[in-house]
Amino acid sequence: MFRILEVTSLGPTIRRYVVEAPLVARKRQAGHFVIVRVAENGERIPLTIVEGDPDRGTITLVVQAVGKTTRQMATLRAGDALPDLLGPLGNSTPIARHGAVACVGGGVGTAELLPIARALRAAGNIVHSVIGARSRDLLILQREMSRCSDSLAVTTDDGSCGRMGLVTGPLQELIDGGRVDAVYAIGPLPMMRAVADLTRGPRIRTWASLNALMVDGTGMCGGCRVTVGGEMKFACVDGPEFDAHEVDFDELIRRSRMYSDLEGVADERFRKACASGRVA
Amino acid sequence: MSVASANPLKPPARVKIPRQEPREASPASRARGFEEVSRGLDAQRALIEATRCLECRDPACTRGCPVGIDIRGFIQDLLVKDYPRAASRIREANALPAICGRVCPQESQCEAACTVGRRFAPIAIGLLERFVADWETETHAFRPPPRAAIRKETVAVVGSGPAGLTCAADLARLGYGVTVFEALHAAGGVLRYGIPEFRLPKGILDLELERVRAMGVEIRTNFLVGRTATLDELLGEWGFSAVFLASGAGTPTFLGIPGEGLCGVYSANEFLTRVNLMGAWSFPERDTPVKLGREVAVIGGGNTALDAVRTARRLGAERSYLVYRRSRAEMPARREEVRHAEEEGIEVLLLTNPTRILDAGGWVRGLECQRMELGEPDASGRRRPLPVAASEFVLRVQTVIEAIGQKPNPIIQSTTPGLAVGRGGVVTVDDAQRTNCAGVFAGGDLARGGATVILAMRDGRRAAAAIHEYLAASRDGASAGAEEAS
Repeated sequence: MFRILEVTSLGPTIRRYVVEAPLVARKRQAGHFVIVRVAENGERIPLTIVEGDPDRGTITLVVQAVGKTTRQMATLRAGDALPDLLGPLGNSTPIARHGAVACVGGGVGTAELLPIARALRAAGNIVHSVIGARSRDLLILQREMSRCSDSLAVTTDDGSCGRMGLVTGPLQELIDGGRVDAVYAIGPLPMMRAVADLTRGPRIRTWASLNALMVDGTGMCGGCRVTVGGEMKFACVDGPEFDAHEVDFDELIRRSRMYSDLEGVADERFRKACASGRVA
Repeated sequence: MSVASANPLKPPARVKIPRQEPREASPASRARGFEEVSRGLDAQRALIEATRCLECRDPACTRGCPVGIDIRGFIQDLLVKDYPRAASRIREANALPAICGRVCPQESQCEAACTVGRRFAPIAIGLLERFVADWETETHAFRPPPRAAIRKETVAVVGSGPAGLTCAADLARLGYGVTVFEALHAAGGVLRYGIPEFRLPKGILDLELERVRAMGVEIRTNFLVGRTATLDELLGEWGFSAVFLASGAGTPTFLGIPGEGLCGVYSANEFLTRVNLMGAWSFPERDTPVKLGREVAVIGGGNTALDAVRTARRLGAERSYLVYRRSRAEMPARREEVRHAEEEGIEVLLLTNPTRILDAGGWVRGLECQRMELGEPDASGRRRPLPVAASEFVLRVQTVIEAIGQKPNPIIQSTTPGLAVGRGGVVTVDDAQRTNCAGVFAGGDLARGGATVILAMRDGRRAAAAIHEYLAASRDGASAGAEEAS
């Protein structure tokens, strides 16, 4: 059992959890993720580790409630426990000195981007950050991103905060201004695809952290397989970060929707259970 | 000293008795249910079957058993209905009898060697082992075997599958503190995620795990060796004196044909893990889904392929195909399971090779196949399948499950510099399961590539004995050094 020590809200549907996981905290580096189960009979889901505190023995997860499991997780309080948690999984983010790096975060991806932006800054890079979300409710960690970036652009699809539009707008401007040597993008798959399309022409090295559906997270099932440079890779053990220009995003986006009808069934069932008071 | 036989019949009369058949669930009831197919022998039939045994002076059956069970001995116990003695005799060699009695390919092991089998049907040794194990369970007769005095050394076992569990049980009996590390959230390895409920009920697995725990073994789930801690850390700061690597061969192999990225394509590992480990058959009561079309094709001819296709059938596939590129004689799967599958309505397409998976809007719409014919034997000794020209046809399916083989997960190898690894990521070991690293042993599928439960168990036993010897030598060496120093 993995005890939750703190739960804070970063927005109406986004929660930040501090979880007791001393072994994972010791080994955790930027880019690593864990696989968790939120309840018995629960599914296994990957969650990026946003922060780790080896002294305290804790890791931090930032989770948006988008389906049954993450909604169920949103009902947990400090003192509750996750029955299962496995990590650290995946390869850590390769941090190098590129010069000027554009860090692009979409939605809850910004939480995963923060430790990478900090690490890049610490490695001597100039960091230009662009964060975006559908609306202000889904924008997180602006202050923290601002503190570790040399510049920060904020966008929302609906214009409720910052500039109206997609993250690709400010990114294009940075590229046009000749101020980008490399790009890190973390967010929804269509966002990362759009970023890759933007940087492909100017040949700017771009890393994307892929969120594929996973079951075990250790390389045993191939459910998270993605085509990179024409070859089959497993996001859980070969990734989760890849050269964005090599990733077949179209295929990955199709595969990520494979269970959307069943996910809807589970979500609906959970909502009904909550409404009727059957969920604590 | 020979013991007077308790068998009332003389040998010529014994072989006239036909081999007893187990009760089996009817194919109709099996079509949608996950209950066990084979129900085993009842006490009466078990006694009759035991009476068929010739009690050979030099039993070939024990030599045919990878863990060397005293088969003649436990059959003689059955003849006098001394079931407790039969159980303890089996357990001297086999820590998981209820499991082996069900999943071992006895037809190519003990029963293949059986003397009676030379002219008549061999003794149903597997069914008799299962009978004893099930009796032990039903009557709560299990007692943990006596443990030697507790020793100070501790041993780490990586993987809670059959090799790991067997090694852990043996070491615990010898008095060592053992911790089994398991990456998944439930123990059992392939016994949990791979073999379906209708061949191996998980209740039986849970019971066997309880028994291993009752012997003092600690099983730690949610721990991935190579990530949560490395092998070197286990031997270093974690203080283990030796490690047995038994993490299996869990990485799926894909054919590499076009269309494998389509929705509706699964590795058998993913499909079985969703159903067996995560309970996808009971979605949405349990949260993990699985997507299955009306028509399903499973590619492969081994036990995993059979498990996958029979599972698909039970989940409601109207037509389930098993697509295998060689002929029936070359299929590695247990004959009994192929028979069960055909009874359940699975259509076996032999000498059929998949070439492409066809697409409709990002989903599988069909499997293009070509017919094969058998040519000269290849490196494995089996006749090589060759394509028949212009024989392509399309099998209309919405789901394709690939069950063509598994390789070891490379996580331990890649995080343990210096560990000798052979082709396909298989860890190199000698006859005593020793790797090239001191104090590090390996066995099961990790050291063999995909193989059987019983061979994994044999490796576990050998490793336990070798670890015991290694630790004794270290102790002697340490005390000899201390003597020299003083």
